[in-house]
Amino acid sequence: MSEFLQQLVNGVTLGCVYALIALGYTMVYGILRLINFAHGDVYMLGAFFGYYVARAIGAGQDPHPGKALIVLLVAMAGCALVGVLIERLAYKPVRRSSRLAALITAIGVSLLLENGGLLLFGADPKFFPQVVAARNLSLGGGVTISNQQLIILAVSVALMFVLRMVVMHTRIGRAMRAVSFSHTAASLMGISVDGIITFTFLVGSMLAAAAGVLVALQNPKIDPYMGILPGLKAFVAAVLGGIGNIPGAVLGGLVMGVAEVMVVGYLSPTYRDAIAFILLIVILLVRPAGILGKHTAEKV
Amino acid sequence: MKRVLTLIITLAVLAGLDLVLARMLNPYVFRVLMLCGINVILAVSLNLVNGFTGQFSIGHAGFMAVGAYTSAVFSLHVGRVWVAGLEAAGVPAPLAQGLALLVALLLGGSLAAVAGYLVGLPSLRLRGDYLAIVTLGFGEIIRVVIQNLDITGRALGLSGIPGWVNFFWVFLVVAAVILLSVNLANSTHGRALFAIRDDEVAAEALGVNTTAYKVFAFVIGAFFAGVAGGLSVHLLSVASPDSFTFLRSIEVIAMVVLGGLGSVSGSVLAAIVLTLLPEVLRPVQQYRMVIYSLMLIVLMVTRPQGLLGSRELRLPWRRRPGGPAAPAPAAPAAPATKGAS
Repeated sequence: MSEFLQQLVNGVTLGCVYALIALGYTMVYGILRLINFAHGDVYMLGAFFGYYVARAIGAGQDPHPGKALIVLLVAMAGCALVGVLIERLAYKPVRRSSRLAALITAIGVSLLLENGGLLLFGADPKFFPQVVAARNLSLGGGVTISNQQLIILAVSVALMFVLRMVVMHTRIGRAMRAVSFSHTAASLMGISVDGIITFTFLVGSMLAAAAGVLVALQNPKIDPYMGILPGLKAFVAAVLGGIGNIPGAVLGGLVMGVAEVMVVGYLSPTYRDAIAFILLIVILLVRPAGILGKHTAEKV
Repeated sequence: MKRVLTLIITLAVLAGLDLVLARMLNPYVFRVLMLCGINVILAVSLNLVNGFTGQFSIGHAGFMAVGAYTSAVFSLHVGRVWVAGLEAAGVPAPLAQGLALLVALLLGGSLAAVAGYLVGLPSLRLRGDYLAIVTLGFGEIIRVVIQNLDITGRALGLSGIPGWVNFFWVFLVVAAVILLSVNLANSTHGRALFAIRDDEVAAEALGVNTTAYKVFAFVIGAFFAGVAGGLSVHLLSVASPDSFTFLRSIEVIAMVVLGGLGSVSGSVLAAIVLTLLPEVLRPVQQYRMVIYSLMLIVLMVTRPQGLLGSRELRLPWRRRPGGPAAPAPAAPAAPATKGAS
């Protein structure tokens, strides 16, 4: 039993990271119907920005919560800028073309970030400085949680809460929901659709950057290709929950994280990367629009 | 009679070129030529699914892997014995090897087609992006399974696969897949596929069995992907799970979209361009992939409908004034999904 609870703790932590990345996918999809393939690479950039900031302010030699916070915030700001640039320079020009053209552009951006990263950061993995000294806390019953896991949980829950407040209770959040409902109607109501799209990329990239830094806390090896697989899995999580649906992305991320950790713990670690997709196919066959997705009737 | 003659001439020309090119070209150029051929097969076969039928498949590398490993395992365990036996019985080596390769490719293609059938079935229920994700998931599952089976050599892959592939076989398959696509485009079945792409509901209302046709497109596309996979491992002599990742599928999609969805000649052209591009960029080694990705973005931004749009390049002497023109005026905004709005 205690082993199961331990796996559950680990799974929820991993799931929170997937959820943070999945939120970016789902928001962009909700508004543009675009699978933003470059999102996983923004997550990678977040980890690298954090790495350079942490080295610059010496957060590794002298761990301090304030410095850790600076690392997180600067990485988020840096990725927000990158996200906005990607949207303005690459996605905006193809917005009126077919969805597939936009998709290929997204793939191009993803390859550009990976290979540009390879060029800038080098191919050999870097080691993220330990900005928070590791400590294990006992939860009783033989279950332990590291303070890094605790930070991952706390920061992701806090960010999700802020996101929910922004989306549900502010003017800009209401505008985002309006734009995802209909671009035309939203612009007729005086909403700047371009502005909202940019804002969506900004928020999504910030969340991905946070996920990058948080993962690097626990798993310090970072390299330019680290974003591909988590990006893919987070996207699957978004589809699992019902793409375009914000609570769905969180739920999908959690399901995915827990399932993955359970498979590694109880079945076979080598099938770790397949489980996500098997789960996905099974759920989609039962609920074709995802767990929380609404099945909309097709208008003829 | 005319068809038989054309077939014989084609085979003779291919065999002749096979003899000449292998000696004339330096090995590097020859290898790039073969890779072009294999990528053309992949792009044209994916175009059947993505371009003709409007179903969005991003798991082509999965089908390729099925075909590649099936044919590799066959050649390693059975094909080699056959070739040795046939050669001992006095059959010339190229013939014996060609025969074994043909069986290997057909086996690989058939198993890939079965996989295509299994993946095509969910298209009963799933549309657009959801279907895309299922195909992606299938590709990843296949790769993980291959990495965990002993017969496929686990993560190391298989090596020492006999290099029976030559110009003749690659371009025979190229000719076959192009011919099939062009003929399909001008047939009843092709029209049914276009109808599904342009408006699935309307197609169904007109009596097109949409499910059957979607699965049909998947099966044919998967078959040729499997054959291409078989050709590539017999060309490179090694099969590694890393050559069939999600990125490989993406490369093929880039070819299809860049060429213009639904355009066979466009797929051929784009496959050649995107195979040559990294090779041409070899002198600037470390910037190669950066330039490649930048060019992909710039091409999509400046020509979102692809190089050829939905048009076809036609040989001037084949232009029939009154005949069926280029296939249906495809709406470039492929209605892969009707958005939720």
